[in-house]
Amino acid sequence: MNHLGFDTEKLKIGSFDFTCCEGCQLQLANKEATLPEFLALLDIRNFREISSERLDDYDIALVEGSITRSDEVERLKAIRAQAKVLVAYGTCACFGGMNAQKNKFPKEECIRTVYGDKEIDTMQESHKISDFVTVDYSIPGCPVNKEEVERIVVSIATRSPIGLPKYPVCVECKQRLNTCLFDLGEVCLGPISRAGCDAVCPSGKTPCLGCRGPADDINYASFTDLVRDKGLSTEEMREKLAFYNGFTEYLNHEG
Amino acid sequence: MKVDFNIDIHHLPRVEGHGDIRISVRDGKLADAKWAVVETPRFFEVMVKGLSAERVPFLTSRICGICSISHSLASIRSLERAMQITPPETARVIRLLAMHGETLQSHALHLFFLAAPDFAGTPSVVPLLQSHPEVVEAGLMLKELGNELSIATCGRATHPVSLVLGGVSKAPSKQRLAEIRRMNVERRAMLDRASDFFMTLRIPEFVRETEFISLRDGESYPYIGGNLVSTDGVVRDENDYLLMTNEYTVDFSTSKFTRVSRESSAAGALARFNNNFDQLHPRAKEAAAAFGLQPVCHNPFMNNVAQLVECHHIVASTEAIIDQLLDDDLKDIRTSYKPRAGAATGAVEAPRGVLYHYMETDENGKVVKADCIIPTTQNNANIHHDLHALAEQALAEGKGEKEVEKLCEMLVRSYDPCISCSVH
Ligand code: SF4
Ligand code: SF4
Ligand code: SF4
Repeated sequence: MNHLGFDTEKLKIGSFDFTCCEGCQLQLANKEATLPEFLALLDIRNFREISSERLDDYDIALVEGSITRSDEVERLKAIRAQAKVLVAYGTCACFGGMNAQKNKFPKEECIRTVYGDKEIDTMQESHKISDFVTVDYSIPGCPVNKEEVERIVVSIATRSPIGLPKYPVCVECKQRLNTCLFDLGEVCLGPISRAGCDAVCPSGKTPCLGCRGPADDINYASFTDLVRDKGLSTEEMREKLAFYNGFTEYLNHEG
Repeated sequence: MKVDFNIDIHHLPRVEGHGDIRISVRDGKLADAKWAVVETPRFFEVMVKGLSAERVPFLTSRICGICSISHSLASIRSLERAMQITPPETARVIRLLAMHGETLQSHALHLFFLAAPDFAGTPSVVPLLQSHPEVVEAGLMLKELGNELSIATCGRATHPVSLVLGGVSKAPSKQRLAEIRRMNVERRAMLDRASDFFMTLRIPEFVRETEFISLRDGESYPYIGGNLVSTDGVVRDENDYLLMTNEYTVDFSTSKFTRVSRESSAAGALARFNNNFDQLHPRAKEAAAAFGLQPVCHNPFMNNVAQLVECHHIVASTEAIIDQLLDDDLKDIRTSYKPRAGAATGAVEAPRGVLYHYMETDENGKVVKADCIIPTTQNNANIHHDLHALAEQALAEGKGEKEVEKLCEMLVRSYDPCISCSVH
């Protein structure tokens, strides 16, 4: 059987980073107990952060980071041309990520504040990679959840169907028997964010900031009602919704 | 024989971020040597403007995927000092343990995944899995111990969830702390095994005198806060960080350069070691002696050894920190506060060196101004001048193009640069 054009056992994989913190790539070196087994599945052809080998015959490209400079678009298109499967890897790549917080300032102001008179190339906006190329799969998260990455990579290797949880973070949060942060007077984006992180933030008693973007079929109106009914700040809610750039279409709703 | 060649390493591999090494040799003489950072800037100092102080550490931690705990704590420290918030003692100890976890994880990543292949002559750690499985296993287990410490104290290894203004939002459970304590005891043997391996490696001989900058509080090996000190005798208050950095731009780099008393200076494990040797745990001092490392050491390649010595310090002192937490009821972990206007610097010793965040808030607790100066920024000029001196030395010793290239790559890597962090 042949799936997505692969007939070899080891997946030829490349990992590439654009404007980002490289935290998502770094997750590939985490979960140390299962790391040798995970690596055994892969033929790493190009992964600058951990290897000086650079081979350009990869099938799968994990693309991390958002696009904020003109030369990045060309590099991204070259990667797309080579890869059979291109994965948007992490929140920066999927949504533009927290880098998009700079979008609210004119780029001239950004450059002047940080570099003074020095000339620097930067785009006005931080772009998700699907603004420039076709993306086959998206793995959201800031950072990505290594377990989910393993599951998806193994699914590709074993030719199984791939999907992200459709339900929101609240489901996982309740499975972990946490006290709901709304009851402690905080605005949490758990009711509208896509699960798959095992509700790591609310489990650490910190509100979800929605790094995985919206879950399927969210009830945004009732979420904003909840915030109002609890007497919480809608300004704070909007700051949180804007944090990772995953909720832009909702932010513009009359909420 | 007079030779001409150019070394042009585009996007140096096995470092975090994008930097180039450019060297040209004419008639057997060094004509030019550059350390050129080409990373895309992200403009964090602008992004935080208008953001609520409590949200800022969650944003600034994203400056770096390797040392997110340091960035989070530098922001927290600057904002707490700016808004006059004093976190409870228990939170201070939990934060210190978090720093230890991050440093151990980061040093293990650098030593085993990024630097060891240079010494072993392999392109990555993957061939070492076959040739030196016990060494890779030791590295993985130390890295995992670091990550477990971070997960227990911060909720997650990369991008902490429970480090917040006023303290920590959730304390680690005692059961988890006891487990990690056991893990720490067990893994001491791994560290000894790793040290034996590193003992067999030949460290290049190269010395260029420089000034080493770090924190020092005179009470413990430095991690969070303290005076800014240098091996040239400079001592400054944390809030005077600008006098300790003097940032400037150069036309070939998107990351800035800094200087203090000389043309360049260095931060990082070797700088901490050089300034705070007396505060190291005896077991770490023993490890240093076994490698012949003494303060003040001016060989940048010894930064790798200083990192290993710090791993010994962390593993040796972690048990006492955990015991302190096990004796505590872990209830008083977070102070509530009212937003207020203020300004202050927070300095912490990130794995790669002293990290400064400066923040100004308005009376509503929104950030109005910010400045972040990152360890690699402080090392850029030193790397740049070292490259020049090293290439000259290698040419004088009659080394050819390939050898010069390899040495230069190893030199930059020995600083463990964190480039996307430096272009924040
Ligand atoms: S998504 Fe988050 S962790 Fe991943 S690269 Fe972007 S900022 Fe870093
Ligand atoms: S804390 Fe957040 S994720 Fe958890 S139940 Fe409440 S709203 Fe949902
Ligand atoms: S809880 Fe929310 S912010 Fe935290 S990891 Fe999950 S989706 Fe991201």
